[in-house]
Amino acid sequence: MEPIIEFKNFCFQYDSQTEPTLLDINLKIYPKERVLIVGPSGSGKSTLAHCINALNPCSRPGKTMGTLKVDGVDPAKAGVFGMSRIVGTVLQDTDGQFIGLTVAEDIAFALENDAVLQESMKRRVDEVSELIEMKPFLKHSPTALSGGQKQRVSMGGVLVDDVKILLFDEPLANLDPSTGKNAISLIEEIGQKRDVTVLIIEHRLEDALYRDVDRIIVVGEGRIVYDGTPADLLCSNILNEQGIREPLYLTAIKHAGCEVSPEDHPESITKMNLSPYRDALRNWYEHTETVPKRIHKNEVLSVSDLCFSYKPEEPVLKNISFTIYEGEMLSLVGKNGAGKTTLSSLILGFIAPTSGEIKLLERDITPLSVKERGEKIGLVMQSPNQMISKPMIRDEVALGLKVRGIPEEEINKRVEKVLKICGLWPFRNWPVGALSFGQKKRVSIASILVLEPKILILDEPTAGQDYRHYTEIMEFLKELNQTMGLTIVMITHDMHLMLEYTDRAIVLSDGELIADDHPAKILTDKEICERAYLKETSLYELSVKCGIEEADSFVERFISFERENRKWADD
Amino acid sequence: MGRRLISYEEKDTWIHRLSGFTKLFFFLLWCVTSALTFDTRVLIVMLIAGVAIFISSKTTWKQVGGVFQAILLFMVLNLLFIFIFSPYEGTGIYGTWTEVCKLPFGVKLTAEQLFYEFNVMLKYFTVVPSVFIFLVTTDPSEFAASLNAIGVPYSIAYSVAITLRYIPDVQDDFSRIRNAQAARGIEMGKKANIFDRIRRTANIIFPLLFSTMERIDTVSNAMELRGFGKKKKRTWYAGKKLSIPDYIVIVSSLLFMIAALLFTWMDGNRFYNPFI
Amino acid sequence: MNKKFGIKEVVATGIGTALFVVLTTVQIPIGIPNTYLQPRMAVMAFLSAIFGPIVGAIIGLVGHALGDAIFYGSIWWSWVIPDAIVGLLIGIFYKKYMVREGEFEAQKIIIFNVMQLIGNAVAWILLAPVLDILVYAEPKDKVFVQGIYAFLGNFIIIGALGTILLIAYSKVAGRSKGLSKEDDE
Repeated sequence: MEPIIEFKNFCFQYDSQTEPTLLDINLKIYPKERVLIVGPSGSGKSTLAHCINALNPCSRPGKTMGTLKVDGVDPAKAGVFGMSRIVGTVLQDTDGQFIGLTVAEDIAFALENDAVLQESMKRRVDEVSELIEMKPFLKHSPTALSGGQKQRVSMGGVLVDDVKILLFDEPLANLDPSTGKNAISLIEEIGQKRDVTVLIIEHRLEDALYRDVDRIIVVGEGRIVYDGTPADLLCSNILNEQGIREPLYLTAIKHAGCEVSPEDHPESITKMNLSPYRDALRNWYEHTETVPKRIHKNEVLSVSDLCFSYKPEEPVLKNISFTIYEGEMLSLVGKNGAGKTTLSSLILGFIAPTSGEIKLLERDITPLSVKERGEKIGLVMQSPNQMISKPMIRDEVALGLKVRGIPEEEINKRVEKVLKICGLWPFRNWPVGALSFGQKKRVSIASILVLEPKILILDEPTAGQDYRHYTEIMEFLKELNQTMGLTIVMITHDMHLMLEYTDRAIVLSDGELIADDHPAKILTDKEICERAYLKETSLYELSVKCGIEEADSFVERFISFERENRKWADD
Repeated sequence: MGRRLISYEEKDTWIHRLSGFTKLFFFLLWCVTSALTFDTRVLIVMLIAGVAIFISSKTTWKQVGGVFQAILLFMVLNLLFIFIFSPYEGTGIYGTWTEVCKLPFGVKLTAEQLFYEFNVMLKYFTVVPSVFIFLVTTDPSEFAASLNAIGVPYSIAYSVAITLRYIPDVQDDFSRIRNAQAARGIEMGKKANIFDRIRRTANIIFPLLFSTMERIDTVSNAMELRGFGKKKKRTWYAGKKLSIPDYIVIVSSLLFMIAALLFTWMDGNRFYNPFI
Repeated sequence: MNKKFGIKEVVATGIGTALFVVLTTVQIPIGIPNTYLQPRMAVMAFLSAIFGPIVGAIIGLVGHALGDAIFYGSIWWSWVIPDAIVGLLIGIFYKKYMVREGEFEAQKIIIFNVMQLIGNAVAWILLAPVLDILVYAEPKDKVFVQGIYAFLGNFIIIGALGTILLIAYSKVAGRSKGLSKEDDE
């Protein structure tokens, strides 16, 4: 069979860069294959994908060497428009990709550009909307849709074109765990129904493997470092070397001292043959101890019977009560629209509660203005670009103090201290534009820390970050928490983050607080997971399959073992 | 945002069923006619017709009331300013002097001035119902198609569709950024001097602009990947074909415009002069 | 598509106009009743300086008309059209400004401000009053005084806010050369 995509000794270098991003790529992908492409940020995996749809070099100029054929044509010659008939690309930013004013128009977008007549356009849109199960929503505007629905529409938008290849650029990045699971299933179904070749670029390996793929390609530093079956990859050391996270259940099995064998189907916990590992795991479980929990005593923030609604008949938050103690690191979780953002807006005073009370350091904060609350409760937004007002790092960090009229000398002292804590001191006179995303994130955190808040609220601190950047950001936050005793609340739907870095999770669903417990308990509770659009951790299934009854305590032990191990590695 | 803004609401009336093209055509003719004429009789007819059409579109007061108050405030101020700057403008236009009464500071109120300002007010008001009708009854999806249909190049027409699509997203970004900056203590401020206020505004607008520039990149990539601009022509999913009522409206609004302008200039100028 | 009005420009116009409309309600009072500086003008100037005159003109035209319509329920064409002229004139030399290359500095700042001065003068001291007289037969004195106020207001806000935004963006977006980490102290 002829490959549908074939790279031969292919190199690519962006005009704006001094080094080639892709080196000596040799790769064949055959029709109807399902291929997963993984690799850390900056490895070149997106560059590779954008060579296939011709965004490189047509939109971002660069030099190529060697040959690339996609369905018999050279993308660089066919151009983006030419390739759009062969390759359908679904981008990770579902809002950016949703261009139409309604679902129907967005699906029809490519047809409109092709000047297809209205009648046949309507017919095609109807067909496709059925395939992506969005028929009842044709007239809806994007603001009325969830992230998962928007992604379906994005798929519809490329499927109207009868493409031969579907290319997904980090499809899981903006979805909550259970929606992500559905997205992966849908991708598989559509691939089968339409007989298309599917390429998925993703760094969340475990989630992407929720359905079978034929092949995994690992890209590292511009080269293909692995091309083979998922099972063999998972039993090798390549993932570790490349900084890609392996599935948690495999980490657990390795902790138990076992060597995983490809014949046991390690690519899926559901299918995996666990009999060779069961005893070792149980043994490990019985001999591992949980690190005693830190006990927190002093109240920092307490919320009691908090209610909020725009219209009395549609409550957004219903009787929310909880207390946060000094030095805690906790997560606030729930699907989009569950009320997480509303809750933080109430705490910060952007909106006023309908009833209920919020206390900071045991004092009612109703009389405090937004600015006064902001001095004690720091808010860090998801994207640092949404916070940065000044082009120079030092000015940016100093801004919050300047507007408060604090004397220059004191500002300098505090800014210096914070820049050092955040590891930004060597860059103090750099423009923000020269920083990486992770460094920018630190700048935005530093610009809040300089106000010396009691508590820090971070909105999705790791969204869209790969494992290396995720670890970098989270370890930094952990350090702040441990060395400064800073209380940290993270609004998130990242389950790893919940499990690995927080000792407590508050779960909201439809405006109600449905759980307030250790993340290990929450992620092993089917009912709560379902209501909050979370996904049970694969460790749960692992422990059940191994006959360990207290799944939550298994998870808890796993996590404390991990944390201890990481400490070892750090020292 | 406290005040309710005007926006499209789906209803089933003959006006809603008309094509967006027809409504845009009518709206533009109406604006031109109202701009050219100063004939009181024509303006009154236009105002009555406008209000009648507005009523038949079943638009509720709730949809437009808030905005209407803002217009009234503007009108009153504008008429007042005209009077302060030029209390005898009307006598100049109509060429007569009919004193009504004396006002303080030796200013005299003339019937001509009152009549002139009444006409200015009418002119403003004739446009209002047509704006309301257009906004409330035209599906935003149809807007770009209509612009394209009256001869605007489709790339520019589509940019208007993008505007309508992204206003809610940008609005969202803006309030989130403004809130987060306020918590940092960065507010527009009311007590500072002008240049301080400008500098503070910059601190809020800059992150918004920066995110906007990123969004522009993403959206253009997405559009390119789906073939925007590859052909000289483009079709529209939401475009409505013209039907008989559309042609009736188009022809009659053209006829009305011609008649109104002929009637206005029958006596040689655009004003109607009751004083001679 | 390497025409003058390519996809980037279409999108910049569309989203820029959305931003312009959203910022309609953001006004900086200057102490005179009912007179405000309009930051949205600075945003239009910013986008025009980056994406060119057509983008600037359409943002001015559509943004002003749409903003007027949805916030105030009427459209004052005699003030909408001059707004487009300001956007157009500022953008004429957009290639010279080199904002995205990180080189929006001394001389370019001056060209930008001269252009915005000319643009605002043509629009508000000349065009808007003339249109007001032609359309509404409004008194000369009134419309010219209004025009001069509008000129001053827009000249100040674009000159200050527009320039600040462009300089800041140029510093952030431009590639930075010759940076090295500084060690402690």
